[in-house]
Amino acid sequence: MNERSLSSEAAPTGGGLLGWINARFPLTQLWRSQVSEYYAPKNFNFWYFFGSLALLVLVNQIVTGIFLAMSYQPNVHEAFASVQYIMRDVHWGWLIRYMHTTGASLFFVVVYLHMFRGLMYGSYKKPRELLWILGMLVYVCLMAEAFMGYLLPWGQMSYWGAEVITSLFGAIPWVGSSLVIWIRGDFGVTQATLDRFFALHVIAIPLLLLILVLMHLIALHQVGSNNPDGVEIHDHLDPKTGKPVDGIPFHPYYTVKDLFGVGVFLIIAAIIVFYAPSGGGLFIDPSNYQPANFMQTPPDIHPLWFFTPYYAILRSFPNKQFGVASLALSVLILFGLPWIDCHPVRSIRYRSWAYKAAVVLFAFTFITLGFIGEAPATLFWQRMGSGVALVYFLFFVVAWTYARRPTPRRLLLTLAAVLAVVGFLIWRFYLPSIAGLIWRTSLVPIVYALLFLLVPVFVPGLLRDRPVPDRVRMR
Amino acid sequence: MMRTTLFRTLAAVVALGAAPLLEAAPIPPPLMHAPVNVADTASLQRGARDFMNYCMGCHELKYERWSRLGRDLKLGPRALRRLMFLQTKPYQMITNAMPKAEAIKFFGEAPPDLSVVASEKGADWIYTYLQSFYLDPSRPTGVNNLVFYNVAMPDPFWHMQGLRRAVFRRTGAHGTGARRFVRYVTVVPGSMPPAAFHRRVGNITNFLVYVANPDRLKAMALGIRVLVFLVLFTLFAYLLKREVWKDVHH
Repeated sequence: MNERSLSSEAAPTGGGLLGWINARFPLTQLWRSQVSEYYAPKNFNFWYFFGSLALLVLVNQIVTGIFLAMSYQPNVHEAFASVQYIMRDVHWGWLIRYMHTTGASLFFVVVYLHMFRGLMYGSYKKPRELLWILGMLVYVCLMAEAFMGYLLPWGQMSYWGAEVITSLFGAIPWVGSSLVIWIRGDFGVTQATLDRFFALHVIAIPLLLLILVLMHLIALHQVGSNNPDGVEIHDHLDPKTGKPVDGIPFHPYYTVKDLFGVGVFLIIAAIIVFYAPSGGGLFIDPSNYQPANFMQTPPDIHPLWFFTPYYAILRSFPNKQFGVASLALSVLILFGLPWIDCHPVRSIRYRSWAYKAAVVLFAFTFITLGFIGEAPATLFWQRMGSGVALVYFLFFVVAWTYARRPTPRRLLLTLAAVLAVVGFLIWRFYLPSIAGLIWRTSLVPIVYALLFLLVPVFVPGLLRDRPVPDRVRMR
Repeated sequence: MMRTTLFRTLAAVVALGAAPLLEAAPIPPPLMHAPVNVADTASLQRGARDFMNYCMGCHELKYERWSRLGRDLKLGPRALRRLMFLQTKPYQMITNAMPKAEAIKFFGEAPPDLSVVASEKGADWIYTYLQSFYLDPSRPTGVNNLVFYNVAMPDPFWHMQGLRRAVFRRTGAHGTGARRFVRYVTVVPGSMPPAAFHRRVGNITNFLVYVANPDRLKAMALGIRVLVFLVLFTLFAYLLKREVWKDVHH
């Protein structure tokens, strides 16, 4: 038999159906190289469930989305009614829709935890920079997908959310106002907008998402998985087999472990879908049970919970250009993380106490911004938002400084620069009538900067990293 | 400049003249707790009957079908037909005969569809709102509402609940702050004892909660079965994981 294959390490073709396929498609070879002989570190912990869970939710969104699209009408006169038609007249329509709405929120839960894992264990560091960037592109696509999907039910919050977010592009100098009309396809959010958002939500962005997810996986399998110790398992190969000593094949070890993770995750998802689909207004906003009405602005416009941290950053400066620029920067800065934090020690386990505290506080800052974005747009919350938003950005300054031999001189220089920027912002947005509030909220970033840039000057032990072990350890 | 000054003067005059009309909304009492139980079919049936009698002249449930209502509320064809004033076919939607343009003339805006109002406002809000009307001669309907200030809707239950005046107290040191609701004073007593009236409004609220999410009971019953399956699945997945991982040395 004339055996041809794509590579020299071709799997034996064998007989039967599998052999027939293998002679034509590298099925066994792919299975072995990507799954059953893909070696992953043996010390994955809780945080390593979320990659496979994100894939599960993606599949859920696509499958439920296909069925929703069969009954949904992308028409301003029928969209709201068609959602109710799905809820009442379509067989299992309520279940499909609640799986889709719950899936959207859980997608962000899982992705945020997945990203935080990367931050904790330095999974973006060399050679995984591109892996991180591909993941960030997936995240940006996910944001676009969620935003456009939210317009489709054509409720009050759908409409006004789209109105507010599309108008943000108007803040771009010179081209802004034309850009807004180009994005909406009209002077306001109308049928033209609904048409294009529907097309983008069901075809363009899901396709892009799938391609990017595939590329993210290809990049992962090229460089191999990081682990909670941040130790490269490919540095310790078994001399006989040539396989990593601390690695185990993805299948069956991690397939069965992830199966358990899937079970726990589905229990949580089922409790939400069957007993609390609106999540107390977090997953489905109550205002969205009112059809869109362009004559009546709701008293309080805010996005769903997964965008509220960015919404808080957007609202934090009383200047549209400034707010939009900060919003864009807050997402874009994450792309640069591999070069901002280029510290040789990957895992937070062996980083200094100061850096550990900074990472934990960063997660806390993000959650706090979420609460502020959810709060009514009062002067207090707006100014508080600017204080906390600065802490969000200061984390990256601190990470940058800690990664580059933080001598007392460098720490103090950075501190001076940070205080100058905070001072500039106080001066730029100063209002005598709320002077007290401005000073009090400015204390938030100032105290943060003093804690992380001044205190280590006097307590150098806070910046001491711990020795990284040679091999991964199981806990 | 001239126009601005003129406009400002005019605005000031209008604002002064209309001072009692433009008074800020009073601080409402906290929402009452609605007795919601969508498994109580008798309560839903009474709620449906009262909704058709008192609400449907103006409000629709245009996303709900009569047949669905009959099936979920265990109403036979004859009982269902007694509720259907307009429609003749059970597959038709629960709508009324009020033309939208006329409704806007009557009330200033069209009465909203109430199919999903319970999801939007919440049961407690509906329950409290329906019982919070008070006499206010400045309103075209003669009544105002504590939880929905300056609402266009008249009090549909005034003859049952009676007509009441609301007593407010000004907050702030010199009585210049917002008005806080203190109590009602009955002017004309209602035809129903208060407890029976609360029950009636409770039934209507319960019915609206059902209509907003007619598959809720089904979801709750199915949820148990799905969860039992998932717990078993997770248990077996855990046992499988433990078995497979036996040979991974720490």
